[in-house]
Amino acid sequence: MNAPAPILADSPALISTRFTVPGMRCAGCIGKIERELPKTPGIIAARANFSAKRVAIQHDPALDEAALTAALLAIGFEAQPVADNPLGVETQERKRLIRALGVAGFGMMNVMLLSVSIWSGADGPTRDLFHWLSALIAMPVIAYSGRPFFASAWMALSHRRTNMDVPISIGVILATALSLYETITGGGHAYFESAVMLLFFLLAGRVLDTVMRDRTRAGIGALLGRMGKTASVIGPDGSTRRVAAGDLEPGMLVLVAAGEALAADGAVEDGASAIDNAMLTGESAPEPVAPGAIVHAGAINLSAPLRVRLTAVADDTAIAEIARLMDEAGQSRSHYVRIADRASRLYAPVVHSLAALAFVGWMIAGAGWHQSLTIAIAVLIITCPCAMGLAVPAAQVVASGALLKRGLLVKDGSALERLAECDIALFDKTGTLTLGTPRADIAALDAEARSVALGLAQASRHPLSQGLAAALLHEGVVPAGIDDLREVGGAGLSGRWNGVEVALERPDDAAQTLATRLRIGETAQTITFADPLRTDAAATLYALQAEGIEASILSGDRAAPVDAVARELGLDAEAEVSPQAKLAALEALKAQGRRPLMVGDGLNDGPALAAAHASIAPGSASDASQQAADAVFIGEKLMPVALAVRVAKATMRIVRQNFGFSIIYNVLAVPLALFGLVTPLIAAIAMSVSSLVVVANSLRLARAAQGTRQ
Amino acid sequence: MTGLAFLIPIAVGMGLMGLAAFLWSLRDGQYEDMDGAASRILIDEEDDL
Repeated sequence: MNAPAPILADSPALISTRFTVPGMRCAGCIGKIERELPKTPGIIAARANFSAKRVAIQHDPALDEAALTAALLAIGFEAQPVADNPLGVETQERKRLIRALGVAGFGMMNVMLLSVSIWSGADGPTRDLFHWLSALIAMPVIAYSGRPFFASAWMALSHRRTNMDVPISIGVILATALSLYETITGGGHAYFESAVMLLFFLLAGRVLDTVMRDRTRAGIGALLGRMGKTASVIGPDGSTRRVAAGDLEPGMLVLVAAGEALAADGAVEDGASAIDNAMLTGESAPEPVAPGAIVHAGAINLSAPLRVRLTAVADDTAIAEIARLMDEAGQSRSHYVRIADRASRLYAPVVHSLAALAFVGWMIAGAGWHQSLTIAIAVLIITCPCAMGLAVPAAQVVASGALLKRGLLVKDGSALERLAECDIALFDKTGTLTLGTPRADIAALDAEARSVALGLAQASRHPLSQGLAAALLHEGVVPAGIDDLREVGGAGLSGRWNGVEVALERPDDAAQTLATRLRIGETAQTITFADPLRTDAAATLYALQAEGIEASILSGDRAAPVDAVARELGLDAEAEVSPQAKLAALEALKAQGRRPLMVGDGLNDGPALAAAHASIAPGSASDASQQAADAVFIGEKLMPVALAVRVAKATMRIVRQNFGFSIIYNVLAVPLALFGLVTPLIAAIAMSVSSLVVVANSLRLARAAQGTRQ
Repeated sequence: MTGLAFLIPIAVGMGLMGLAAFLWSLRDGQYEDMDGAASRILIDEEDDL
């Protein structure tokens, strides 16, 4: 079972399709998928990737994606086909870095073996031989493993900027050149081991950085993919075919099944249903639609199939307009400079001028140019920014790992840095402060009514039915068997139970509140719904306040429900805010010098999420919002938002401690280097000890993050 | 001194073998699914013999 599923090489007709399966949570799920799927005719093998929550299925080309999705659903897993591989590029980058790390590790160990002999007293021809061997191993290793740094430094320099990789590259290249010169001339000071060790430590930092990014992106990738990416186009002969959203054209007639999301804007031609516009407007109440109604891409058709004549596709849809706003709003974030690069902007000039001063000083003092250069390079090697290259990613990886366990996926280190700097928070209402799904008030129903209601409600995809079914199932109600079950879009569900007419239908005065009417024979009862606050919303806001962050509400929903929530939580609120106005509010705050944290889920929050200094979206949010946000939290609790801010601040404290430590270390080590007392042995010891200290300090975060658990 | 002529190639050769093994395992996808590998050990073997 542990070996990869056998691949039949002699059957070229087989094709492989990949699915994301977010529901894969344990070893049992892997076993079930890999064991049960091949029992379906046409499926040869299935292989699960648990980290990426993906399943690769090898199957007969006769089976299409829908059949495979159905096969997965039959064994209890909801799945989405993966169209392309948006994460492939990053996997490539991670692999390149891990290869470079492996090569650097090999070089470091072998060069160190030779160097230890030299430090133990080998001299004369033995030392020269060992220097030559070190050079033979170290030169190709440095050329290969140093490439990520050299490329990044060259990139920065050619744009007339400087980043952390510039001092690293200069240090490594000069140290290698000097060591090579020493080797050729038979001198005693070769720094090959320091150069390779430095690359190894820094590459370890880079690998940690990409591992953290890939891990959370895989988690978020598994949540994505629920939006309309394809549509069933009805041909002139009445047949339907699936067309990708990008290939749709205005004028096409598409069939939108119940539960499906629209892939383009259009007008309803036939059918009556209700659509859920929550992603676009933040409104939680479903909107009834009839022929002639205008519907937008991203809306979800709830109860009955609709035929929609498309009016605007791809870049012309209302969603695409929001996407453009998000793109523009996200520009400002790409100008953010990571703390390590900010520090190196101060650090590099100081270190480089110190090295230059050492060279000039020793020349004036009468040392030869060779000795002066050796000392200048020793200064560069001893001050190489290990703490910045290793300490920052180490702290951030530990922090993001701790947050991941508590249900919060932080996208990258830059996001953690920005989260720590936020000083004001803006919350969307529907789906963010509230759960976004209506919950039924079932206290007034007797056992019989509950059973009938569940029998009816579980047959529908309408959010009120699903909310009612969820509430009843939670109470352990057993559904009654309903015959003749029919759903009429916009009207409700009806059927027969023990020969009695039963129905769940629209109440007559359902203008304002969310409600449904349960009718059993002649008796009727109204069931009301509420979109409840997340249970710990108040506690979360209190925790944010303790961190010095004031919160307020910025919602696209109607004023009445927004005010009710604002009163309950004691917050300021703005209601009926358009996506453009949300963006403007964020820009205004930034213009005042504030650093806003935006928490929202809908597409209407997208531009605001992209423009905010940092942003968090719930796992139930729209794809675009999750992609724009810096972090995604999973589950029904809001507390991960406050936790994210607290852990981000703790991380930055540790990072600053690490910087403080490196300053102390440099203050002690630089004078030694300036006076020419640094030998290759001292350089190697100083470098590894300082790296170990900053990594050990970063690991303390794991305990600090766990300590916040009550 | 002559011992070095054997010992150094052996040491470097063993290092290279380790590196080759690492690169092989990387190419083979051994590090693609670390969490899955941890869970797979808990899966019971099929007993349909």
